[in-house]
Amino acid sequence: MSAYLVSMGTFVGFFMILALALNLQWGITGMVNFGIAGFYALGAYTSGLLSAKLGVPVGLAIPAACLAGLVMGAAVALLSVRLREDFLAIVTLGVGEVIRLIVLNEDQITEGPRGLRIEARPFGEMIGPDLYPLFYLGLVAACVLLTYAVCEAIRRAPMGRTLRAIREDDVVAEVLGKNVLLHRVQIFAVGGFFMGLAGALYAHYVQNISPEVFMPVVAMFIWMSVIVGGAGNNRGILLGAGAVMVFLEGTRFVGDFTDALDAEKMSALRIIAIGLLLIVTLRLRPRGLLPERKFKAPSD
Amino acid sequence: MSPLLEARGMSRSFGGVQAVRDMSLDVERGTITGLIGPNGAGKSTLFNLLSGVIRADAGEVRLKGQDITRLAPWRRARLGLIRTFQLAREFQRMTVLENLMLAPQAQLGERFWPIFLRPGAVRAQEAEVYRRACEVMEIATLTHLRDDYAGDLSGGQKKLLELARTLMIDCDLILLDEPGAGVNPALMNTLTEMIRRLNREHGKTFLIVEHDMDMIAQLCDPVVVMTQGSLLTKGSFDELRRHPEVIEAYLGRVADA
Repeated sequence: MSAYLVSMGTFVGFFMILALALNLQWGITGMVNFGIAGFYALGAYTSGLLSAKLGVPVGLAIPAACLAGLVMGAAVALLSVRLREDFLAIVTLGVGEVIRLIVLNEDQITEGPRGLRIEARPFGEMIGPDLYPLFYLGLVAACVLLTYAVCEAIRRAPMGRTLRAIREDDVVAEVLGKNVLLHRVQIFAVGGFFMGLAGALYAHYVQNISPEVFMPVVAMFIWMSVIVGGAGNNRGILLGAGAVMVFLEGTRFVGDFTDALDAEKMSALRIIAIGLLLIVTLRLRPRGLLPERKFKAPSD
Repeated sequence: MSPLLEARGMSRSFGGVQAVRDMSLDVERGTITGLIGPNGAGKSTLFNLLSGVIRADAGEVRLKGQDITRLAPWRRARLGLIRTFQLAREFQRMTVLENLMLAPQAQLGERFWPIFLRPGAVRAQEAEVYRRACEVMEIATLTHLRDDYAGDLSGGQKKLLELARTLMIDCDLILLDEPGAGVNPALMNTLTEMIRRLNREHGKTFLIVEHDMDMIAQLCDPVVVMTQGSLLTKGSFDELRRHPEVIEAYLGRVADA
């Protein structure tokens, strides 16, 4: 049971990093990203391929995955930034699928649906197999904290104020002298960086990645985390990611208490439970469990 | 000395409609220049062309002698040209104080690396911006609304906030698009007074589109009249009031005898 909790905690960590990144892009800056699964896959395969096929040490492969996410984020933002918000949504969704389909079909490189086996793990030789899951949970937790610290610093800084202004009305921000294009590209890149990080951490954790993990439904779970937790509030995001994961996983155990549901019905039930969570939250707390906080003036 | 703002031969059409046609306009430094004309005369389009929100089909804009025709709106703002909108467009889910603190240009803490590498300098600048915002709120009589979301203000208060925001910026020229629209008479006086103060005490130059002729009469000299996308005439308000073509543009042609 405790092994299960450790593993679940690790997965919550991946969710938290992805959700914090989405909150930066959408919750604070107002840029829609439906391609989260693609960025996640890009990070996982960049780090995975570099270490499994080219023998690059993990300590370099993971930063390379972050960099790939950064570059991809900047590129997507630059390509679509002049489009209206709904077009950005379509473009990101498309990019996510393109990445997944490349991974699926370029199987000489990626192993495609057979799955890519990754032996290398951070500090894999130094830590015994008994302790390793616990160590990895700590590593992921540290990465969550780092992501949180960066996102929170941006939110609190004058930059966060400008980003929220862009979210509220980009034309007014622009005529007030804010370089809207630069800020959007920057934030999409930073978000991409962390999504790449989450992907790399995932890859070296499960050690066997295949394209079907990176379906667009991953993006939906992350979106729900942000909406349920409270867009614009980084603490809310952590809570939201936790809540969505508990719902996703918790529904597994319902099957243990009743014979009426077979595995197939159970997996359908889980999606229903998530939908229900979303509806109830939006009815009771339309701005999420922890809504964006009002700006408090520095004490005089 | 060249005028603060010079627009030459500005044209812009939307589909088959020529909204602005070969329009030229000067705004002299230190003036409050009025821009009037009947609905559909192209005043708002001209504002959009001057601030760069839309691109001109033809023509040239110069600010302080520098050609800004092809510059993005934010670059024009950095050079000292700020505008407001006809319907006050506030950052709704940001407080009055934040709306003001947002405005100063090129803040250190708006850049990525200084947030992490020079937090002390960012904080010091932020304290300075805060102090300035408090002064401006005092001038604009907005202090009691400091922590209210801008979206919750009345129409007139939003106009006031928009004007106050320009005070946070080191700008030379402020384009006001119907500052008086939907503002109650009491607040109208505050607003008029504030524009006059900004002009006299802070040396700001204004170009104002307004339908309220009392406001134009009180504040503006000279007044530029536009009709059907082009310049009709220019002069003091008193001259224009008796100008037959201006009267005709507003009231329509009297049936020929």
